[in-house]
Amino acid sequence: MGYTENELAKDLENQEYKFGFVTDIESDKAPIGLDESIIRFISNKKEEPEWLLEYRLKAFEIWKSMTEPSWAQVKYVQPDFQAITYYSAPKQSKKYESWDDVDPEMKATMAKLGISMEEQKRLTGVAVDFVMDSVSVATSFKSKLKELGIIFCSFSEAVQEFPELVRKHMGTVVPMTDNFYAALNAAVFTDGSFCYIPKGVRCPMELSTYFRINEGGTGQFERTLVVADEGSYVSYLEGCTAPQRDENQLHAAVVELIALEDAEIKYSTVQNWYPGDKEGKGGIYNFVTKRGICERNAKISWTQVETGSAVTWKYPSCILKGDNSIGEFYSVAVTNNFQQADTGTKMIHLGKNTKSTIISKGISAGKSQNSYRGLVQIHKGAENARNFSQCDSLLMGDTCGAHTFPYIECKNSSAKIEHEATTSKIGEDQIFYCLQRGISEEKAISLIVNGYCKEVLNQLPMEFAVEAQKLLAISLEGSVG
Amino acid sequence: MNEILQENKLTAFINNLSPTSLNFSNELLQSATISLLTNDFPTTRKEAWKYTRVGRIAAIKAAPKSAISSSPTPFTIDSNALTFVFENGEFIPSLSSAIIPKGISIKSLSFCDAEELSQIGKLAKVDGEIFTAMNVAYANDGLFIKIADHIILEQSIQITHILRGKNNVSNFRNYIHAGKFSKAHIIQGYFSQNATHCFSNVVTEIVTGENAFLTIDKIQYEEMGNFHVATEEVQQDKNSTFTINTLTLDGTLVRNNLTIGVTGVNCTTNLNGVYLLKENQHVDNHTIVDHCAPNCESHELYKGVIDDSATAVFNGKVFVRKDSQKINAFQSNANVLLSDSATMNSKPELEIYADDVKCSHGSTTGQLDDEAIFYLRARGISEKSARHLMVSAFIGDVLGKIENEKVLEFTHSILKDRFGWEF
Repeated sequence: MGYTENELAKDLENQEYKFGFVTDIESDKAPIGLDESIIRFISNKKEEPEWLLEYRLKAFEIWKSMTEPSWAQVKYVQPDFQAITYYSAPKQSKKYESWDDVDPEMKATMAKLGISMEEQKRLTGVAVDFVMDSVSVATSFKSKLKELGIIFCSFSEAVQEFPELVRKHMGTVVPMTDNFYAALNAAVFTDGSFCYIPKGVRCPMELSTYFRINEGGTGQFERTLVVADEGSYVSYLEGCTAPQRDENQLHAAVVELIALEDAEIKYSTVQNWYPGDKEGKGGIYNFVTKRGICERNAKISWTQVETGSAVTWKYPSCILKGDNSIGEFYSVAVTNNFQQADTGTKMIHLGKNTKSTIISKGISAGKSQNSYRGLVQIHKGAENARNFSQCDSLLMGDTCGAHTFPYIECKNSSAKIEHEATTSKIGEDQIFYCLQRGISEEKAISLIVNGYCKEVLNQLPMEFAVEAQKLLAISLEGSVG
Repeated sequence: MNEILQENKLTAFINNLSPTSLNFSNELLQSATISLLTNDFPTTRKEAWKYTRVGRIAAIKAAPKSAISSSPTPFTIDSNALTFVFENGEFIPSLSSAIIPKGISIKSLSFCDAEELSQIGKLAKVDGEIFTAMNVAYANDGLFIKIADHIILEQSIQITHILRGKNNVSNFRNYIHAGKFSKAHIIQGYFSQNATHCFSNVVTEIVTGENAFLTIDKIQYEEMGNFHVATEEVQQDKNSTFTINTLTLDGTLVRNNLTIGVTGVNCTTNLNGVYLLKENQHVDNHTIVDHCAPNCESHELYKGVIDDSATAVFNGKVFVRKDSQKINAFQSNANVLLSDSATMNSKPELEIYADDVKCSHGSTTGQLDDEAIFYLRARGISEKSARHLMVSAFIGDVLGKIENEKVLEFTHSILKDRFGWEF
């Protein structure tokens, strides 16, 4: 008997979350709840300068006056913001001088995640910043990067050591007033990564951050700021996992990218937060604000593989401010069981001859809902702006949904905008074709899914592409071989 | 609190209107009144009105109902059609066809009995829809068309609505029912003559019965300075074919809400639209095709040419409900911007809850291809003619879907008069 789609659906349903372990590390936690004193507590813990505390408090005031957005095509129980621990750090949060000082338990965690630093150091040459719960634990390859003048460190370290740089750029792309979760993040963010590439430097290795929520009842609020100075290049990777829990945990991050003249930033995400069990219990709420700004001739490229989270609400965007700047967005979003994803991008064309490309591939299975929501906005001065968007959705099973909500706003007559979307299931004739040639149904589905995502996976850096393929394989276990 | 303190613009607006004299059911009138009391004019904060401001409609101080002129209308699309003329929403018997063929029942709503009127309001909901609610509570008149089962109507039915005067508000209501195995062609023409600051608020409910074949051509050609909001609610029973061609050729602010509920299996739905804008026109097309039954197909093609500082909006939504398998739904929207201050907002949407479907949408916005114009000019065609040729080719495939020659002829004559385009 061949492998039918029903069986595939069943396999998908039964597939277990591989990263669902909890690491037993004592952690230093703030009391539950959110008020001014908690913010002062966080700021104090981090020994932050006065301006940052003021920034946080101002954001908190703004956040209090905001209401949670409800326009996304997702349904969930609103998180109780007073029931979350806003600060949780692994107890020995002293700075590690070298890799050997790191807690062995933590090392084991990393090894389980497949990011054994030693191995990576040796084999791949990727510099990793590891953020557990709220605090950056270890950053590798720092000295080597230092030689080139590249700053790659945890956000709190950057606040201490490079306050001018942080102060100058922080909140310029995603202001604290931007939205509900950005404001919350600005008030309570605990750590994250900071990266600065000096003028004309091409970063020789991939920079990577690994985020993990470990402690129960906590929220993770990290902030990433990448500044690529004139003529520089950087490829940045981000990965995330969390343990299996019955509760819904909140992850509200802010990522800001700044690409100055002629600079290029490539930002890749493999997101694999715990998606909840097959009854839809538990899982991470992933409410993330990601945005980049391009100056003249600059380029920002977002690539994301989204397989985890119970609810995703994420729109990595590009503001194409400078002339000739380029924005790209490549996304694969897989939802299964009761997962819900509302994801997409915004391309804001302000400068002349700006170009943007959007390739979005959605795969829905089980009882999940997968939406693409995007905005392409051509402003009056954006002469000869060009956009191409393609949003495809693949449906597996008759209980899931796939939706597309593109917004196209054009105020310039020399702009060219194309948008295309299709929704379908895997064609029976395609499977038949493979069967005819002696390829099993399971293999055939895997082949088709892989081919379907190829355009996006090809954009990922080598190391990540392998991981992403593995993730797809797990997410669609039984079908991808 | 603020909402109560602020003056409700809608209340001020409807205070100038006179309540309907039609005998709608109390229930319907009541829910319409409640809807009007609890809502205000929609703002751009409302997703469905994100790109369209209705402030200019709200600002109209509606004139009291005046006697209608009953003068003949200069706009006749098909002189052989069964014609029914309305002025500012009121029926003009002297200009309308008196002899009605067997098997069909056509009359103005004011001549309908309670049972016929009870059909009204079944499809077009008034909750939260202030324009539909206003159309019930302050309805002037409208046409009731019922085509009996198995009737194939050779003649077209022509509804001509004309706005005249200043500050007149017309709440115009139609009901169209095509019986089983029937076939009909209906032309709806919306015109104006010496009118300014007039507002026509049209609601049409359409039922396409089993195996029925219904085609509607709608021409909107009200002069600049007038406003038009049209709501069409269509229900398609099994095996039926429904086609609607919407041609928006003039008007300061035109909004079309077209909702097609495909409730029967094996249906075919065609939606075509052309909108040609210049000066500071604003045209907004909202369409919803709701596939509630399996084995259906829908084709949607909307094209627009936008000049000067005009703004066009397209929002097409395709729903495929759970268990509506084997649906082929295609939606396409293409736009040409002819000037730098023209704006296009396009939002094609798909919401799909069934897996065995083929659905796609596409949206493009661009300008006339310079190379193509150069090619034509190199062959001795003037730039102006070259541009006309290009525009004509661009909208040609939509116009090509209009089967009725009278409608096509009329459209071409307007294109020539208003845009100087001769094809």
